[in-house]
Amino acid sequence: MATDTTILRVAEVMIDELKLEDVTPDTFSPDIDLVDEVGIDSMDLATVALVIQDEYGIRIDEDDYTKLTTVRRIADYIETKKMAA
Amino acid sequence: MKTVSSLLDAEWHERYKRISRLNIRSSIYDVTNRCNLRCKGCFFFSSGEDKAAAEETDIRKWEAFIDREKERGVNLAILIGGEPTLCMDRVEAFYKRLPSFCATNGLIKLDRDRFPDLMVGISLWGDEEDEKLLRGKDAFAISSKNYAGDPNAYYLYTITPRQLGKTGRIIRKIRDAGLKVHMQLLSNDEGVDGFSWRPDELAAIRDEMDDALDRYPETVISSKYYHEIITTGRMLDRTFGWRECPSVTEPLDTRDPRPRRLIHFIRWASDLQTMHRCCTSETRDCSTCKDGAAHMSWVMVNKRAHIRTAKDLRNWIEIYEMFAKLYQFIPW
Repeated sequence: MATDTTILRVAEVMIDELKLEDVTPDTFSPDIDLVDEVGIDSMDLATVALVIQDEYGIRIDEDDYTKLTTVRRIADYIETKKMAA
Repeated sequence: MKTVSSLLDAEWHERYKRISRLNIRSSIYDVTNRCNLRCKGCFFFSSGEDKAAAEETDIRKWEAFIDREKERGVNLAILIGGEPTLCMDRVEAFYKRLPSFCATNGLIKLDRDRFPDLMVGISLWGDEEDEKLLRGKDAFAISSKNYAGDPNAYYLYTITPRQLGKTGRIIRKIRDAGLKVHMQLLSNDEGVDGFSWRPDELAAIRDEMDDALDRYPETVISSKYYHEIITTGRMLDRTFGWRECPSVTEPLDTRDPRPRRLIHFIRWASDLQTMHRCCTSETRDCSTCKDGAAHMSWVMVNKRAHIRTAKDLRNWIEIYEMFAKLYQFIPW
């Protein structure tokens, strides 16, 4: 289960990289569906994945994008990968 | 933050969800360098792309290549040429391995026992007179017999300025043949006299395309937003061109800043090694390009830019649905 720090950082990366307006890491619901509600597509996810991979030293497989449907799930994914490393 | 559900009612939100996870990843393949027509204005021959590479003729190499394309993440193979139906074994190699679409002039009929549900896009360049002038023969007279009533075929009607006032008759002919139609505009790569668009003609054809959609909604696969974009070259506050086009071959894309683009898109020559710059001719002036798929893709890759107003987002959905229907990701 992801820590609040990781969740907030993922939200911050999304806001910065995708230039999302009228939202802050604190107000970005970690459970909002990124595709169905925020309108993220796979190119957006690839952009975010690049930053996260660099920052956390993990690899995000493209095949896993379909699982990364919320900020919380991305944060969980990061922490699982870090533990496995 | 604006969300999808805050902009859409329940029905539109369902339509959005039906397409939002399709992740269409297309690439384009020159199946052959040969064609059984030589049309004035065909970018493939006018820009010398038929001589860019020697055709690979070993079908086993095609099969291995297609398997690699699938592994690369391609989930839509768009087969162009030359004329793909001159090489049915290559078409079949794609059809058996990947969701595929075959562009054709319709002079040779695909055997539906061999390709039962392969989506076929039949090129059409205008009325009988224009077809004879630009293509040397009335191809529609043949293609409409070959594909009459085929549920997996549609006409890709490239409208020329000389078609102003005449498109309704053409669309009725297509309807009467039991087929559907998607419209795009001639880019006139060879500068044939009288076939380049003037601004007033573009405005007039937009009205005519809108009218066709209103009158023949069961036949015309289109959207008014697409008509706006293809005739004005404008999307939201942006202008179509080299700096915006999403249909540039990924490994050759050196643009900086890199625009939003189709992921993993490559247009392959028929030697299976050479890559073309983009989905159309390298010699084409991007500022006057009227390629329909490139303009649709331009909208599709810019989804979040359309999460602005309900109308903008509905426009985006309609164009994505149109593309998904034309390439069989969702039913008509």
